[in-house]
Amino acid sequence: MEALIEGFFNLQILREALPYLAQGLGMTLLLSIVAVPLGFAGGLGLALASTSRSRLLRWSAVVYTDLFRAFPPLVLLLFVAFGLPFLGFKPPPFVAVAIAFLLNTSSYYGEILRAGIESVATGQHEAARSTGLSRWQSLRWVVLPQAVRNVVPDLISNTLEVVKLTSIASVVALPELLYAARQVQSVTYNASPVIAAGLLYLLLLWPLVRLLSRYERTAVRIR
Amino acid sequence: MTGLIDTFFNLQVMLQYLPKVIEGMGVTILLAIVVVTSGLALGLALGVLRSLQIRVLNALIVLFADVFRAVPPLVILIIVYFALPTVGVRFSGFASAWIGLSLVLAAFAEEIVWAGILSVPRGQWEAARSSGLNFAQSLRLVVLPQAVRLTVAPLTSRAIVITKNTALASVVAVGEILYQAQAGYSFSYNPSPLTLGAIAYLILFIPLVWLGRWVETRFAWKR
Repeated sequence: MEALIEGFFNLQILREALPYLAQGLGMTLLLSIVAVPLGFAGGLGLALASTSRSRLLRWSAVVYTDLFRAFPPLVLLLFVAFGLPFLGFKPPPFVAVAIAFLLNTSSYYGEILRAGIESVATGQHEAARSTGLSRWQSLRWVVLPQAVRNVVPDLISNTLEVVKLTSIASVVALPELLYAARQVQSVTYNASPVIAAGLLYLLLLWPLVRLLSRYERTAVRIR
Repeated sequence: MTGLIDTFFNLQVMLQYLPKVIEGMGVTILLAIVVVTSGLALGLALGVLRSLQIRVLNALIVLFADVFRAVPPLVILIIVYFALPTVGVRFSGFASAWIGLSLVLAAFAEEIVWAGILSVPRGQWEAARSSGLNFAQSLRLVVLPQAVRLTVAPLTSRAIVITKNTALASVVAVGEILYQAQAGYSFSYNPSPLTLGAIAYLILFIPLVWLGRWVETRFAWKR
């Protein structure tokens, strides 16, 4: 028991690690704040393309979505981080991570939003058009608000996944929470920083997880 | 253009690392199979245990599900592989990935199975019990068959997500596709092995993405 506390919850080491972990947590938050809206915006574009009237747009959206959902995100990240320099463009780690996240998460948000748009009855769009709204206005004011509301649980679930995914940025040496923790671990030969990082992720994401369980349960009860 | 092909599709380099990447595909497939099997089995068991309504047990199951849904899988792998040895528990890379990813899948599967069980109206339980079936019989013969249908789509999509997470095992030195591709890249200092790895993932995962799409429409949760 004592060895466990010494090895996993070593207060002395945690005190030293704290500033690094705090910095890492800051980077994780920054990365999430960049990656989530970026992915959502990309996904919205994809969803609009895949429900548009142009066959070319629809097909390109499907190919894009399937392609980037097939790659594990870590593969995509390494490809961007190691491959781009050979094209004469060496992105800083943050940019590489942002590009990889845009490619990956936009395809997931795209699928969710597409399902949302398809769940809105066509009569809604027709009614909006016949009251004199333009196509854009009817999309903006009538269809999208209902579409997004219909898929809120899936959007939350995907956002949870994106924030968790930021941990893979540690593999390309972006100093986010996991990277910081592993650095301190390798210097101190003590696992407490990594355990602490795990607990920080838990504290950060627990509210989202609880919210999600609530949604799942209400979804079941409505049926 | 020839520069681009030489860089990313260098035939000589690709042929050299092809056997390694194929070997990696075998490891990826094996890891995916063991993770999905044990993860789903554990998740199903926990979901069923939860329907026994034993308060302490339920609290533990909820805690387990919350922790493993909130903490990023990469953090869990790193704790199992790098942190546990500091307190004397040592697993190989493959075993670490197996354990870590199985627990993550089990946490999500438990929540899905439990939501499925909840979705079966109380009257079904009561009718089953009053027709003389005992608890286990009503669960097995009446409730679970109805619950399972609702869980097929979300369980499939979770299982597919976790198989993509096998790429994370490269971080704990498991010789799967990404690990082999990365090794090839750093030996040859040419990104063609990464391209090869990406192609290997497409071959394995495009069918899974399509399967997921099909299952989603076939067994859609009705909202």
